[in-house]
Amino acid sequence: MLRFVLLRLGSLGLSLVVASLVIFTVVQVIPGDPATFMMGLNATPEAVEALRKVLGLTGSLPWRYLHWVAGLLAGDLGTSYTYRVPVAGLVLERVQVSLPLTAYALVLSTALALPAGVLAAARRGRAADVTIMGVTQFGIAVPNFWFAMLLVLLFALRLHWLPAGGFPGWKAGLWPGLRALTLPAVALALPQAAILARVMRSALIDTLGQDFIRTARAKGLSQGQAVRRHAVRNALIPVLTILGLQFSFLLAGAIIIENVFYLPGLGRLIFQGITQRDLIVVQSVVMLLVAAVIVVNFTVEVAYALIDPRLRHPA
Amino acid sequence: MRGRASLFIGGGLAGAFVILALLSFVWTPYPYAAMDIAAKFRPPGALHWLGTDQFGRDVAAQLMVGARTSIAVAIVAVGIGIAGGVPLGLWAAASRGTWVDEVIQRGGDLVFAFPSLVIAILITAVFGPSALNAILAIGIFNIPVFARVTRAGALSLWTLDYIRAARLAGKGRARISLEHILPNVANLLIVQGTIQFSLGILAEAGLSYVGLGAQPPTPSWGRMLADSQTLMGFAPGLAIFPGMAIVLTVLGLNLMGDGLRDLLDPRLRRRA
Repeated sequence: MLRFVLLRLGSLGLSLVVASLVIFTVVQVIPGDPATFMMGLNATPEAVEALRKVLGLTGSLPWRYLHWVAGLLAGDLGTSYTYRVPVAGLVLERVQVSLPLTAYALVLSTALALPAGVLAAARRGRAADVTIMGVTQFGIAVPNFWFAMLLVLLFALRLHWLPAGGFPGWKAGLWPGLRALTLPAVALALPQAAILARVMRSALIDTLGQDFIRTARAKGLSQGQAVRRHAVRNALIPVLTILGLQFSFLLAGAIIIENVFYLPGLGRLIFQGITQRDLIVVQSVVMLLVAAVIVVNFTVEVAYALIDPRLRHPA
Repeated sequence: MRGRASLFIGGGLAGAFVILALLSFVWTPYPYAAMDIAAKFRPPGALHWLGTDQFGRDVAAQLMVGARTSIAVAIVAVGIGIAGGVPLGLWAAASRGTWVDEVIQRGGDLVFAFPSLVIAILITAVFGPSALNAILAIGIFNIPVFARVTRAGALSLWTLDYIRAARLAGKGRARISLEHILPNVANLLIVQGTIQFSLGILAEAGLSYVGLGAQPPTPSWGRMLADSQTLMGFAPGLAIFPGMAIVLTVLGLNLMGDGLRDLLDPRLRRRA
């Protein structure tokens, strides 16, 4: 077990280093000098040079990379060129939208998908199964931002039940905040729920074919009892792994969905950074998102190796 | 039988959009960029089958040309995945257990660990939004997918007698990979290619929706949706038709992939 964790830890570290190198390289290639951009056309070269120094754009590339990484490790994400405030502060502000949104979507998707998948597997080949599988085929094919637009069209513009976009801030209270996040969360959750329901169904069907289910039936449990007590629990292992992966899809999906609903989250921050040539914001926020995904995947893998010893020795 | 049905329906749907895309090279109901302000926001009717947008441009014509963009981006992205991934997968399988295999596999894991959309957004944002950069951003993430599928398929083939016979006959690993392994993993690649094709269409739509895909005047489904967003209240058709086009194409490709897998993979046929 220790060997497994150490190996995974090693590859976690390597992934983070490679990720930071890739992101740094890509972002530093952006054409256009932010200092020139900020000072305007009439700036003297001396003024531009002075600003470059303030922004930390001087020095060799390797030095700037190390400086950035050292800052990240110390919780310093740099200073935004346009807002002139620490990026960490901006991130803390925006995370209050993005994280609840992702969590909300994850809860919705799980609450929808697991029962649907179990039902489909238990009623395999019958009307309920065919219907659920048909709906999930559609769910997988629907781009979440388009689904979001349809939700706005129906629930905001026609029925006026929920706001079409924007975020009042948690200071306005829990309820208005949740209301503002409901349509985005549903839009994010549904395509993911479709995938999850299919995984749940096939995992459960696999488990139902196992000997221990036959044993359970033989000792007198009904099919329903066998499914509930024995099959579902065992089928959850692959499902929970997928759930970990879905975190990354939801996080990435949230970037686009935040744009549909004008939510002031991390995704909007990245796009603002891109349009305003605020390199350090783009670089640090993207790194943060990628690191979150890598760390979550690592945690899921190790957690499952703890629960299921079979996973410690991949064939 | 189910495999055949979904192959038929899916192939029909996806094929229809490919035909529309090809047709758009020689014919569209109206020139796709032709503005006619007097005829703006027309609802679907006899003159304009799917109506017109805020500039009086024909929606059906734009969708046809947009199909071209989506399909081209997705096909080339799959091509990049195959061109890069298949040789890597073959190489990894041929040198199973060595450091080459290990490096290729861990490299793939590394790419998988990245949230692809975030990186795609980064790449297109840095190198400038264009269809070409969208293709690259989507294509790079296809490489480890194909490498993995190829390796998995090839590994089981390497244990078979006819491969052993080929080795006894004095053929090298590279030649065996090319002459005997590759043709036998082609089925797997076709199925995976269909799946990546549909994912590519979704990814392209997402990128062009946030303005990082094909640039105006080239129409793309994602940008048509983005443009329609502020007009949705009084012209819902503008938001609905491009979305339907995406859903039907992706649905068609997914069904086709399922059908192909059922037909081409005998192991799954028994279970279905």
